[in-house]
Amino acid sequence: MSMTSLLTITPWPALSAIILLVLLVAALYFARSTAHQAIHAGCAALARGLRLASHSITHALEHLVARNRAVLLAAGREAKERIVEREFARVGDTVRKDLAGYPEMHRSLSGAILRIEEDQEKAVEVPPEAPGWAQAVGVVAKLDARNGGTEILADIHKSMVKAHAEAMRDYRKASAERHALLRQMMPDWRLIQQTLGRVNKSVESVIERSLAIDRHMEEYETIVRGENHAVSILSSSSIVYFFISALVLAVATAGAAINFTLIARPMAEMVGGTNFIGAFRTADIAALVIIMVEISMGLFLMESLRITRLFPVIGTLTDKMRVRMIVITFAILLMMASIEAGLAYMREVLLQDELATNALLRSDNTGSMVNQHLWITTAAQMGMGFILPFALVFVAIPLETFVHSLRTVVGLIGIAILRALALILRVLGNGARHLGVLAQRIYDLPLFLPLWLEARTATAARQAANAPRSGEAVPWQEARS
Amino acid sequence: MKRRVFLLTLTLAISACVPPSAHNTGVYLLVDTSGSYNRQVSKAEQIILFALSRLQSSDSIAVARIDTASFTEKNIIAKATFDDRPSTANQQKRAFAGRVESFVDQATPAPYTDITGGLLQAIEFLNEKQTARKEILIFSDMKEDLAKGYVRDIPLDFRGFDVVALNVTKLRSDNFDPRLYLARLEEWRVRVEQSGGHWRVVNDLDRLDGLL
Repeated sequence: MSMTSLLTITPWPALSAIILLVLLVAALYFARSTAHQAIHAGCAALARGLRLASHSITHALEHLVARNRAVLLAAGREAKERIVEREFARVGDTVRKDLAGYPEMHRSLSGAILRIEEDQEKAVEVPPEAPGWAQAVGVVAKLDARNGGTEILADIHKSMVKAHAEAMRDYRKASAERHALLRQMMPDWRLIQQTLGRVNKSVESVIERSLAIDRHMEEYETIVRGENHAVSILSSSSIVYFFISALVLAVATAGAAINFTLIARPMAEMVGGTNFIGAFRTADIAALVIIMVEISMGLFLMESLRITRLFPVIGTLTDKMRVRMIVITFAILLMMASIEAGLAYMREVLLQDELATNALLRSDNTGSMVNQHLWITTAAQMGMGFILPFALVFVAIPLETFVHSLRTVVGLIGIAILRALALILRVLGNGARHLGVLAQRIYDLPLFLPLWLEARTATAARQAANAPRSGEAVPWQEARS
Repeated sequence: MKRRVFLLTLTLAISACVPPSAHNTGVYLLVDTSGSYNRQVSKAEQIILFALSRLQSSDSIAVARIDTASFTEKNIIAKATFDDRPSTANQQKRAFAGRVESFVDQATPAPYTDITGGLLQAIEFLNEKQTARKEILIFSDMKEDLAKGYVRDIPLDFRGFDVVALNVTKLRSDNFDPRLYLARLEEWRVRVEQSGGHWRVVNDLDRLDGLL
């Protein structure tokens, strides 16, 4: 039934429209309660659903936060354990080194001290003997001069002068000997000083290490306790490590690409230039496989050296086995590097052959001229072919950091996404609830007249019923509610 | 887990065992040696050497002359399918260039011009080689002049072929009436394209970059 036909229910379209409008308003008015309930129920269901989804995502977010926190703390704990372990190893090395030389040092010090004691004893100054002639001279002086006292005194004087001269000579000799002994003590003093200086240095080094260990242990304890401060530091460190390792990996990828360019062309000589596996040339795949094998060997070498810890199985091998692995992986790497150097040389030969052929086909004589400095590029290519496999070995270090930090970074990104999603769902839920209220208001908009009449009627009825409390009614508010 | 590994291995094995699609190119170069065009043969050498420089390992090339009766293997001056190894392919190219050079030196003019026969021979050769890309280069004025008794009013199947007319020179009669030249080219274009091929004309031999 079209609008035009509806307007023809009476001969006057305006009247028809008014009748239809009245009927419509009446219908809406009578269906108002049900419609409000339906709108409320629909919007409430939608809001509840959205809030439920938001709660669910918030739960997932909490799980992810907890997981990320656990991952961060575990990674931080492991890193700190490695640092502390390394510091202890250094302290151990220092102590072992010093303790190994301790008996010798002790002997040296004891010997030096003994020698000094002996020299000191020898160098003790012997006081000059008291003159034994003083009383005799006194007695002789009291004698009568006639009894020959003067001569005696003269003899005594002579003897005393002689004895004094001898005593002085002995004293000087003894002093010279003492000085010589004191001079002999100097090297021993220096030896003691140097030895004690070395000991002091070692002790200071150990003290410094112990301070560093204390600091690391404090940080380790904060990590073990799971403090927010530690988590925050670990999180920011992890992001920094992620970007740095990604940068280094990008550089390594560029190196691998150059390596690939060096060996892809000569590979065509070995496996054919036109064979394809899927959409890729077999020669390219072969070159790529060689590079991948080199990187794998590099990983195993780094694992065997315990520089990285990507494969726990290798780390837990016995030392003998690890040494074997180191030798084997290094030998394979050496072979690969030699092969690459050969392929790089072959590449240059092929390139020259191709240039010569193209020059011949272009009837260009300049292309076939031999460049006398060609050996430089050939040697450079061979050198790069040999060195790049070893350089790629070190990819293992940023790779390990990248893998470890990737877990955290992915977790952080996931947290951010979930948080945003939860917020959006919550906003949508609230929006749906308010949308229901708005829809009810919009529904009531065409019904303003019957609602107003209803409110007036209700007010009048209430006033009639509560005559003493007239004037307290709030018809509009009730009608709106 | 085992099932996943098995499926992965199976997928890789299947992808490795699928017969590889051809990526090579086949070039058949027809050189007109008829009386009016024989002087241009030296220019053909330039085209042949250019084509050789562009071809790679596993590509095929043949050079044949157009004379009175072109639908025969005897007209093929040199042919080669380059080796898989680039170094051997280079040696083959040098040998091929030598054969072409001796042909150019000894080329003798033919009384008639059997272009259709040459094209039939080219189609047969390239179809046998089963190359992914098939190019027929015609170094001619495209004026067919058949000897009495030669039937060449036969359908040609150019599906999958690129036919390039090179150095299509103008005849003296074309100078009197250029419509003859245009009609001749149009006739060949229609013939090639109606047979499913792709037609192109390159007259500027200094601009061969788009070729091959």
